[in-house]
Parts: sequence; C-alpha cells; structure tokens
Amino acid sequence: MGSNLIDALFVFMLAAFIGFEVIRRVSPLLHTPLMSLTNALDAIAVTGAIIMVGEQKTTFSIVLGTLAVIAATSNVVGGFLITDRMLKMFKTSRPTKP
Amino acid sequence: MNFAANEQVIQIFYLVASALFILALKWMSSPATAERGVRAGEIGMVLAIGGTLLNHGIVDYKWIAMAVVLGTVIGIPLGLVRMTAVPQRTALSHAFGALCVTLVGIADFYLRTPKVPRFTMAVLSLEVILGALTFTGSLMAAGKLQEILPQRPLTYTGQNVVNLSLLAVAIVLAAYLVVHPSATYLFPLMAGIALVFGVLLVIPIGGADMPTVISLLNSYAGLSAAAMGFVLDSKLLIIAGALDGSSGFILSVIMSKAMNRSFTNILFGAFGKVQVTATDGAQAKPVRSATAEEAAAILAAANTVVVVPGYGMAVAQAQHKVRELYDALTRRGVEVRFAIHPVAGRMPGHMNVLLAEANIPYDRLIEMEDINAEFPQTDVALVVGANDVTNPAARTDPASPIYGMPILDVDKARTVMVIKRSMSPGFAGIDNPLYYLEKTLMLFGDAKSFLNDIVHELTGGRSGVVASGRFASNGQSPRVAATDFERAKLEIGKVI
Repeated sequence: MGSNLIDALFVFMLAAFIGFEVIRRVSPLLHTPLMSLTNALDAIAVTGAIIMVGEQKTTFSIVLGTLAVIAATSNVVGGFLITDRMLKMFKTSRPTKP
Repeated sequence: MNFAANEQVIQIFYLVASALFILALKWMSSPATAERGVRAGEIGMVLAIGGTLLNHGIVDYKWIAMAVVLGTVIGIPLGLVRMTAVPQRTALSHAFGALCVTLVGIADFYLRTPKVPRFTMAVLSLEVILGALTFTGSLMAAGKLQEILPQRPLTYTGQNVVNLSLLAVAIVLAAYLVVHPSATYLFPLMAGIALVFGVLLVIPIGGADMPTVISLLNSYAGLSAAAMGFVLDSKLLIIAGALDGSSGFILSVIMSKAMNRSFTNILFGAFGKVQVTATDGAQAKPVRSATAEEAAAILAAANTVVVVPGYGMAVAQAQHKVRELYDALTRRGVEVRFAIHPVAGRMPGHMNVLLAEANIPYDRLIEMEDINAEFPQTDVALVVGANDVTNPAARTDPASPIYGMPILDVDKARTVMVIKRSMSPGFAGIDNPLYYLEKTLMLFGDAKSFLNDIVHELTGGRSGVVASGRFASNGQSPRVAATDFERAKLEIGKVI
C-alpha cells in the first residue's frame, strides 16, 4: 500500500503538469469543445463503476454501480458526439491544402 | 463466461489509453488537428473500457450491458443538443460525471468499512465530498442556464458564513471518519452536507459568472475522479482526472482574469446582484438612435467592420442573421471580423462555437488581445448582445464595479453601433457610458429582426437606398473609399 500510494502520487503530479502544459496551448477558439472532450475523457470513471457492478458483491453496490455506469456512459457517448459535431463546424475561409 | 485476462495485459491497455488521452488534448491545440484529437480520445476510451471488461473480478455482464445501453440512449440526445444549449449541456454532463464518482465512492465505502486504511478513507471522503458538491452545484448551474431557475443571484445575510460552516462540518466529519472508519452513520451525513453545500454554492452566482463557475465545476469533477483513482488504485483514472482537473483549473484562471476577479470573489461576491444604479440621471443623457436603413447605409460604406457578439446574440438566436450580414458585407468588399471576449457568453469559447455553427470561418474570429489594437482603424464596431465586455468604464472609472476588467476597446472605433432592446442596464446592472458617446448609434430592437432588416437593406430592400448606391463611390467598385464613408456618416448624421 505504502509504495502504491507514493507511485500514485507521482503519477498524479506528472499528469497534472502534463495537463497544464498541454492545455495552456489549446486555442481559445476551442475552449468549448475542449471542455466537452475532457468531460468525455473524465467519464473514464466508468471503468471503476463497471468493475463494481461486475463483481456483484452486494445488492447496494450493484444498484449504485449500475446507476454510475449509466451516468458515465451517457457522458462518454454524449461528450464525444458533441465534441465531434462542434469541431466539424469550425471551417476556415482560407483554401484548404489539397 | 470467462473473458478474464492477465492483469498485465489490462494495464497495457490502460497505458495506451492514457497516452491517447494526452495526445487527444495535445491535438486540441488547433482546429486543424482537433478532430484527430477526438479520434484519439475515442480509441483510448474503447481500449480502456475493453480492457476493463476483461477484468477477472467481473462475474456477471448482464447489469453492465443494460447500464451501457441505457447510458447510450441518454447520451445520444445529449450529444445532439443545439449549440445555444451547450452551456447547460456541459453543466449537466459535469453533474453526471460527478454522480458516477459519488455513487462509486459511496458503494466503495460500505464495501470496505469498517476496515478502511486512513489514506484510503481520506481520499474516499475527498472523492465523495467533491463529487457530491459538484453534482448538485452543476445541476443548479444547468438549471440557471436553462432558465428553469432564476439567473439572478439569490443572496441573504450570513450566506458566506452558512456556506463555509457547512463545508467545515463536512471536513470535520471526514476527518473523524479517517480516524474511526467504523462510524458508518456519519458517512451519509457527510455526503448529504456536501450535496447541500453544492446547491448553496451556486445559488448566489449570477449568469454572467457562469463561464468561471462551469470551469471550476469542471475542475472539481476532474479532481473527484482523480481521488477515485487513488481509492481504486487506478493510474488511468488518476491521469484522466488530473488532466480534466488541470483543464478546468486553467479555464477558471483564464475566465477570472478576463473578469479581473479572484475565485473567492466569484464564489463569495455574488457579482451579478442587482445594484442600485446610483448613476446621476442616466436617463437624462441623450443617445442617438438609427433605423435599420441608416445602419445598413453606414455599414455598406465602411471598409472594415468588427462585430462584437455577446450572450444577447445567443438568447436572440441571432447568429445565423449575423452570418447573413457577414455574407452581405463581404460580398460588397467590406472586411468583417469578430471580436471575441473570453467571457462573452455563458461558458469558455461559447461565442466561437455559435459563430462556427453559423458557418462563419474561424479565422475571422479574433481574440481580445489581437483585435483591440485594430479598433482605432475600424470604421464600424457593431455590438450584438454584448454589454459589460464593451464598457469603457472598466478602463476609466475606478468607481465602477468592473473597473480593471479587460474589455474590447469598442469605443475606439470610428463609429459604434449597438443593437439593444432598450436602454435598460446589462446583466450586472452597470450603466455603459459607451451608449452616450457621440459616435455611438443605438439600434433599438430585437437583435434577430434588426439584423434581418439590415441584411434586407443591404441586399436590395424596399427603399433601395443602400442597394442603389447612394452612398457608394459612383458605382465603380463595391469597395468605397474612406472619404465616402465619412460622407455617408455625415448624411446619416443629418437624418438623425
């Protein structure tokens, strides 16, 4: 547990720094699709919910887990769908390279 | 059924998914690569979910399959909402994300109690507190944005004391649970307080502050997912949560800078509250108004036009009319650009998405820092549904509540036109001296219908004043010289 915890803290620290550096470079033009994309990615929490439902430990955990999978899946599907739709709307007036 | 795979294989799926998530955000840096970013995110998500389904701990797939189908059925309409509804959709998806995290956290607690290691209990409490307050806070935000709830901030005396005390109680309960994880009766109390706190947190926040609040809730949703990753020892979740958390945090910082305010001020200041406008007889000051015909004539005679869109454009659903105006003016050789203030609208980037939806090329959308230098050379600045972000008092009047907020220097343009329903002050209740400038023409009416009338005039309307080229330069070229523009303005001045 001890070393796992420290590993996890290292992972969090590095991911937070990568997040800052990568997201600082995102064009303000795309801040709305950025938010819907990170929202879809954040729904990766569904993996934890899936395991909770699948392990079938208690009725309580199955019910809560199932609700959690529903909520997160709707974010995965809706999040990617709307991000894709938004990005398709961004067109330039400059002629695109062949 | 046994799909169980080696744990290491699953971890490799997760590793690749994490890399794809980082690439997805990296490719969001420009519109040219952004779609590739979405693909990367989708592939990463499929790999992560696929890998998870191979987990040997899963003994039954029935409920999972049902939940995934149901989630998809709910998710599809949420992915197909109109662009004007994107802010409330985003708030709702923050609520769903937080709900997932909170439910898993609650179930996890009851599975683990009474023997919960201290660190696990601490992050579990963090997960549930952040998740629960993000859930109800985001629902409140979505309700305000959808106008189910009043957009005006609701305040009462002692509000901040009540809110902070509640949060403190939740933290004390969490601390007690860390020491005594068998005190299960305290857990629902802690979660319940966090739920109430989320509601109270967003109640006093006005519509104009929504871009910051949505970003902040986005950050909380990410952090709660990262906390869940610590509880479940899932590095993939920690990474995704950290990325989402930092994204929301950066956006909050950008938004609060664009309003020249601190987080604490937004959360505890109730900015948008109705202020008793103590301006000395604002109504007495004269304003100049113009008709659609006159506005069209001036626009047609201009060389450069900068359109300043705001939330009012979204409310009036006027973005498609703006596009028609853009087309009509561009056809006449007028250079049209759009000035985008970071907090225009109700969420970060809101105006860009609306204008992109209306097929306006994104290279015409110019950020505040870049467009401000251009206003002195701009013939006409046309303000459509924006108010506070154009208020010169932010530059000049230290007594103004928005003093110091970076604004679009619309007042430096040669002529300013403002489409507005009436002279009533904007959302924050602050009077805008821009409207009383000599160079400013007020175009009173609904943005959509007024723009429609202007476009009608420009494309050969009833009177034909503009189309006949009364203000054009001898009909030789659609592009008129600056002198013609001045002449047109003079004539219009007489009309008014």
